[in-house]
Order: sequence, then C-alpha cells, then structure tokens
Amino acid sequence: MSGLASRADRARGLCLPLGGLLVAEAAARISGLDSTTLAAPSAIAGAGARAALDGSLFAATAQTLGAAFAGLVIGVVLGLAAGIAFGLVRPLDRLMEVTVELIRPVPPVAIIPILIIVSGLGFRTEVTTVAFACIWPALILSRSAVRGVEPRLIEVSRALRLSPLARIGKIIMPSILPNIVVAVRLSVGFALIVAITVEMTANPVGLGYAMIEAQQALDPALMLAVLLWIGGIGWALNALLLLLAARVMGAAARQAPSP
Amino acid sequence: MSVRVRQAKRRFETPGVAIEAIAPAPLIRFRQVGLDIGGRTIIDGVSLDIRGGEVVCVVGPSGCGKTTLLRMIAGFVQPTAGTVTFNGQPTAAPRPDVAIVFQDYGKALLPWRTAAGNVALALEAIGLPKPQRPARIAELLALLGLGGHADKYPAAMSGGMQQRLQIARALAQEPTVLLMDEPFGALDAMTRQHLQDELLRIVTDRGITVFFVTHDLEEAIYLADRVIGLAPNPGRVAREFDIGLARPRDQLATIEHPDFLRLRRALFEFIKAAES
Repeated sequence: MSGLASRADRARGLCLPLGGLLVAEAAARISGLDSTTLAAPSAIAGAGARAALDGSLFAATAQTLGAAFAGLVIGVVLGLAAGIAFGLVRPLDRLMEVTVELIRPVPPVAIIPILIIVSGLGFRTEVTTVAFACIWPALILSRSAVRGVEPRLIEVSRALRLSPLARIGKIIMPSILPNIVVAVRLSVGFALIVAITVEMTANPVGLGYAMIEAQQALDPALMLAVLLWIGGIGWALNALLLLLAARVMGAAARQAPSP
Repeated sequence: MSVRVRQAKRRFETPGVAIEAIAPAPLIRFRQVGLDIGGRTIIDGVSLDIRGGEVVCVVGPSGCGKTTLLRMIAGFVQPTAGTVTFNGQPTAAPRPDVAIVFQDYGKALLPWRTAAGNVALALEAIGLPKPQRPARIAELLALLGLGGHADKYPAAMSGGMQQRLQIARALAQEPTVLLMDEPFGALDAMTRQHLQDELLRIVTDRGITVFFVTHDLEEAIYLADRVIGLAPNPGRVAREFDIGLARPRDQLATIEHPDFLRLRRALFEFIKAAES
C-alpha cells in the first residue's frame, strides 16, 4: 500500500520537471533558438553525452569530489577534535569563545583571496577553503553534545578509571554520534558548494571550472549539462547520507530512554 | 621505617583469619570526617569503621549525607575535615577494587552496548586481555541470571534485568568493596526481594564488603550486619544498630523473627525522631 502510494507520489513529483523539459524543447524548436545563453534540452543532453563519452565529465567529477571529500574529512575531524576539547574543558572553551565567534561568521569563500596569496591557485586552496567551511557544524554540534552527555556515564567512567582517551572513545563519541551524523550531513552540502565555487575562482579544475570553460567557449549546452550533472551529484550524495544516517540512527534508536 | 611500624604493616597485610585474631583493623575508616561546601556544613564529625566482609546499610532522612559518605569512599568527594581511609590509605581517587552500583541503572548503562558489551566495559577498564573476556562475561551474566540475554540492549530489558546487569558490571571489577546507592529503590517489591537475596548470596560467597545506602528500613535490616542511622543538618552518625539476625537470611523467617520486628520498631522510631 504505502509502497504504491510513495511510488505514485514520486511519479507526481516528476511531472513538473519532465513537463518543463517538453515545453522548453518545443519552445526552442519553434523559435529556432540560437543563443549564447540557453540551449534546447536535446542539445544539453547531447553535450552531456559527449562530455561523458570523452571522459572529461568524469575526470572533472573526480577532481571536484576528491577535493570536496578531502576538505570535508579535514574540516570535520578538526571541528570534532576542537568541539570535544571545548566541550570537555570549560576554561579552554571560555578562552576560545570570542575567537571562534569572530571567525565563524566569515563566509568560507571570503578567505579565498587570502589563501591564493598563501598557497596560490590550486588544490591546496580548494581543500583548505572546504575544510574551513566544514569545521563549524562539527565544532558547534559536538561541543554542545559533549556537554549534554549523561553525567552518570562520566561518573561510571571515573569509577572504572578509564583513561581520558578511553573515556572519549568509549563514552563520549558513542554518546554524540547522532550529532556527528547531523554535522556531516550539513557539511557535505557546504563542501560541494564551496568546492565548486573555488574551482570557478581559484583552482582551474573540476566541475566548477568545466562550467566556466563552457561559458567562455560560448557553449551553453555544455554549461547547462554540467549544471544538471552537479544537481544530480548533490541529490545522490544526499540520498547516500540519508541511508547512512538511517543506519547510524538505527544504532542510536536503541538509546531510547529506559524506565 | 621503625621495627614497630614494619611489624604493624606485616600484621596488617596478613590475609585471612589471622588478621581478625590479631588486629581487627577496619577496611574503611572515617575519622572525624567533615564536609563544608560554600560555607554550608554537609557532613560533620563522622567517625565510622567498616570491617572487611561486613554488610553495612546506611539510613537516614533525605539530605543527611548518605550518598555523600558513599561518594567519599568512592574517591569522588574529598572531605574538608578529617580523613577517609581504605586499607590505611586516603581515598583520594577511584580505585579498581571499589565498585559502585547506582540507583538509576537506565543512565548508568551504555545504551549502545549489549549486556555483554556493558560487562566488557569493566573488563576493558581493568585491562583483561581480550581472549579472556568472553568467558568472564558469560560467567558474570550467568551469576546474575542474565545468561540468555547477553545480546540484548539495555532498552530491551526490564528494570530488574538492567540493575542485575549493572551489578554484573560492578562484579567484573572483582571488587573487595561494593558501594550501592539505593540500588533497588526503583524496582517493584518482588524483583527487589529476589535481588536482595541474590546480592547476599554473592557477597557472602566472595567475602565482599558492602556499603549500602537505602531509604527502605526493612531492606536495611534484612541485608545488614550493621545499620548506621544518620541525622541531618549537618549530616552525622546518630545511632548504630547491630543486626544479630542469623544468616542466611530468609524473606519469611527473617522478617517474621521477633528480633527483626524489634529492630524495625527501633529504626522507625529513630527515623521519626531524626526527621522532626
């Protein structure tokens, strides 16, 4: 029942984009579109297919995802480490509070000019910018989650004389796991946005630069094909993360408070 | 080190019966213990000796510092006056041979670990090599009647089972002292009686010393060799009751014994006076 209903819902959701494609195709044919800004859906599909066949699309995808993933891992790990440290050590948190609140609102792309001076145009700049964007969700969420860890469990770890590292690994990390999952989901979105932005401005590789290149070659079909492809990647990543979250939350669901 | 001190030390370390015969040195000793927090006196002038293998229950109106005394033995709280010693050493920090069982089992167990995993935590903490853990876990779970529930998560267990699990985890430390903070307070009467009997069986078998905080006077008499009655404002030892009831105790015979009834009356009157 519910399977059928959801399939019907999904089909209904596809009506609008598919209808839009048909209308756009018809309009392009009728008006004899010859534009440097727009392209007919069939032309976009053709450009996308060519880019896929000559391998350039996948090479660019690998570059973008590689940089986004590297930055994501670095940012989340740094953010988690700082968040756990700030959550556990109050004096450290008070010491860093103003600094963090001053740096955090800086838009990640605003540090690109600084990074270009420091590390030039390239992979390092891209990864650093992505990492900068991904630190904050992990830091903020883990810091507050660490403070919310059941005090009784901390006492149990003291009574068992767990070392600080064992306490973090066996008590704190499992306790804050659901928050870490949320932080990673938020960060994946940021990572893709920031990676493509940096590729358009400071690192001439990947999907971001592919769009710039197509734009400068006055090839709107290819530009729009890459845009749609990026949308598809975002959708796929989100689906993957939902699946992952359901897994982890499945473990977390067992944490339901007991009587 | 003088000869006398060395002799005393040797005598102190002599295990078994001899120690009782020569010098009944207490395992845990409170000496004029006081605790002031922010100008308020929580505990005042508590002196108390607990012998090895003894079951001591502590009762008293709320706010009289029952749990605070327990936390001092655990090494969680340091007295601001006097000393608390364990085997002659100050209880400055938690020790591996002192285990704690909390009342709120739902919060004290790791919800993301199975029953076996929760017991494993204590074994990991004492550094037992991994290959030796499964046998110890199985043995402890069986001892507490949880043999068939090793793979269950705490959320899937009843309150009584969760508390059994917490006791199994505490025993995994192989403690000489078990500190219990109202461990059966949240359980129904039948479960409580079963757990009381099992606890007595286990601690008698293993010679474990028990410091048991409770607000249930009958439970205190049923379990204890000695009941310590505390009075509040500030918390202090008001009276000690020696419980001479025969062991093993029995939920019918012991509770109907005239001595039990006499002690029950004395404790009730004590609490009433302490509360007013």
